[in-house]
Amino acid sequence: MAAAGRSIKEQARSGRLAVTVLKYLTLIVGCLVVFIPIVVILLGAFKDGKEFANTGVFELPKSWSFGNFKTAFFEGKVLLGLRNTGIILLASCAGTILTGTMTAFVIQRFDGYFTRAVKGLFLLATLLPNISMQVTVFRIVSKLGLYNTMWAPIILYVGTDIISIYIFMQFLSQISVSLDESAIIDGASYPRIYFSIILPNLTPAIATVLIIKFVSIYNDFYTPQLYMQNEKLLVVSTVLYKYISSTTIKWEVVFAGIILCIIPSLVIFLSLQKYIYSGLVSGSVKE
Amino acid sequence: MFEEKQKRSFKEWFHTYEGQKLYVSALFLLVPLVLLLTFTFVPAFNMIAYSFQERDQFGVDPQFVGFDNYKTIFTNPDYFITFKNSLYYLVGSVIQQIVALLLASILCSAIRAKGFFKGVLFFPYLMNGVAVSIIFLRFFTKGNPPLTQEGTLNGVLQMFGIDPVRWMDAANPVLVNCCLVFVSIWRYIGFDIIMYIGAIHSISPDLYEACDLDGANPFQRFRYIVFPSIKPIISLQLILAVKGAISVFEIPYIITGGNYGTSTFVIKTIETAFKKKQVGLASAMAVVLLIIIIIVTLVQKFMFRDESEVEARESAKKKRLKMSGKGAA
Repeated sequence: MAAAGRSIKEQARSGRLAVTVLKYLTLIVGCLVVFIPIVVILLGAFKDGKEFANTGVFELPKSWSFGNFKTAFFEGKVLLGLRNTGIILLASCAGTILTGTMTAFVIQRFDGYFTRAVKGLFLLATLLPNISMQVTVFRIVSKLGLYNTMWAPIILYVGTDIISIYIFMQFLSQISVSLDESAIIDGASYPRIYFSIILPNLTPAIATVLIIKFVSIYNDFYTPQLYMQNEKLLVVSTVLYKYISSTTIKWEVVFAGIILCIIPSLVIFLSLQKYIYSGLVSGSVKE
Repeated sequence: MFEEKQKRSFKEWFHTYEGQKLYVSALFLLVPLVLLLTFTFVPAFNMIAYSFQERDQFGVDPQFVGFDNYKTIFTNPDYFITFKNSLYYLVGSVIQQIVALLLASILCSAIRAKGFFKGVLFFPYLMNGVAVSIIFLRFFTKGNPPLTQEGTLNGVLQMFGIDPVRWMDAANPVLVNCCLVFVSIWRYIGFDIIMYIGAIHSISPDLYEACDLDGANPFQRFRYIVFPSIKPIISLQLILAVKGAISVFEIPYIITGGNYGTSTFVIKTIETAFKKKQVGLASAMAVVLLIIIIIVTLVQKFMFRDESEVEARESAKKKRLKMSGKGAA
């Protein structure tokens, strides 16, 4: 009896150990799958042209020189791409926050047929598939003279961003209306209520929207590719795309460019990890 | 006199909250509504109108052709194959959900360096799509123009003494598509992991305790506690996967340019519009995509309204039981 009991216990213990080992093994394999493709790029970025062509992908570079990074940054236009992406990001974030919070304020606080109809319109717009809509959006953008200007992506990022409005509306519905009402008793006007009560209270929502905006705009490829063919208007994605669509590729420089373009995402991820997880998930629950 | 009175009353009205509501609505909604109409609804109506026409990029002399464009999409194999290709991505996202669920439930158990593993698995989601595509160009191939050294994957295989494989082989579109699906899973799985972790954490700890008391092993625990609790999210993900599979664009567009039989519906739409300049046909394709998305959304709304109703009914029943229990006590 006792012996049987012990063996069951032992079995359970060894079973638990096996499960633990399996768990770590799965996670390590997962991490390797993530790391290996990137590590090869990182190693390649440090090799010079000849070395790159003649060494295997996993061979360490002879010297850790930053020559390729320098070339990619200045001649390879990564600097230009980062600058343009930065400008577009700033402008579209400011635009989205302003128009998004205003729209959400009116829709959420002034209930009526008109605002309900507006809400319905925005809801309907979420259905339209963004990329294939460009077939006809393109004509409008070029008719407005926005083609090959930074205004094209900025206006599209601000004007077709409905998820942000929904995030703002969700947050607004949690801000008590009694706050507005007490302000009204004190004689505040609606614009005053918006600027001194609603906007400050929406700060967490604004942070969430900023994170979502950063990820989507920094990584967007198709909008800039379609609307900004001008060499001076290259953004991060199109700079990288230019590399592989050209006929004379220096792979080691391309790899250095890739690493340079990933660094901003990595820095933001490491510093805002918690907010990024919750922000992106809350952004997806719009449906 | 009369006029002045009228004026004053308008001014007064303007300062009342009713008046404020009106002008604040107008002022605040002006820009967003103009943008919404110009860049969403006008193009949407154009899209529907153009889809019945044969027209070029500049709209010179468009011809009304009825449903011809739609017929082309569903009969010309060159276009129809893209539907078949989206099946790869559909299967891929089922696999993606399973793996994500596995990793998420591991990450929710007692484990060291959770934050590190979570971060590593999530990070690809934040990476630039073009960067990801080039990384995998090197992963699968020698590069284009070809380098002498094997790509990353073959490098790994060679370490284990396995002969290199030509992954991006024009003669083997099935393999190429599978490779692209792998890239897509690699890039997007982190997001699902985070979502499932959130869902698993929202399960009441009492259930786990009861489960531990009963001596359930991790698999039983997953089967009887975790899985039923997050089933709604899983089915939502699977429905959304249909939307995702038909809208695949970036990764195949950059890695293969839609060649080697890897074109997707959206790539084909964009090619038709901007390379072949057949805006009418492209519009018809965009409309087809829209219709598919509307159907998926309706299915989703229908199914989930149902489920939330069931839940509401059940919780009401529970409440009633509790009440009656209290009454009895």
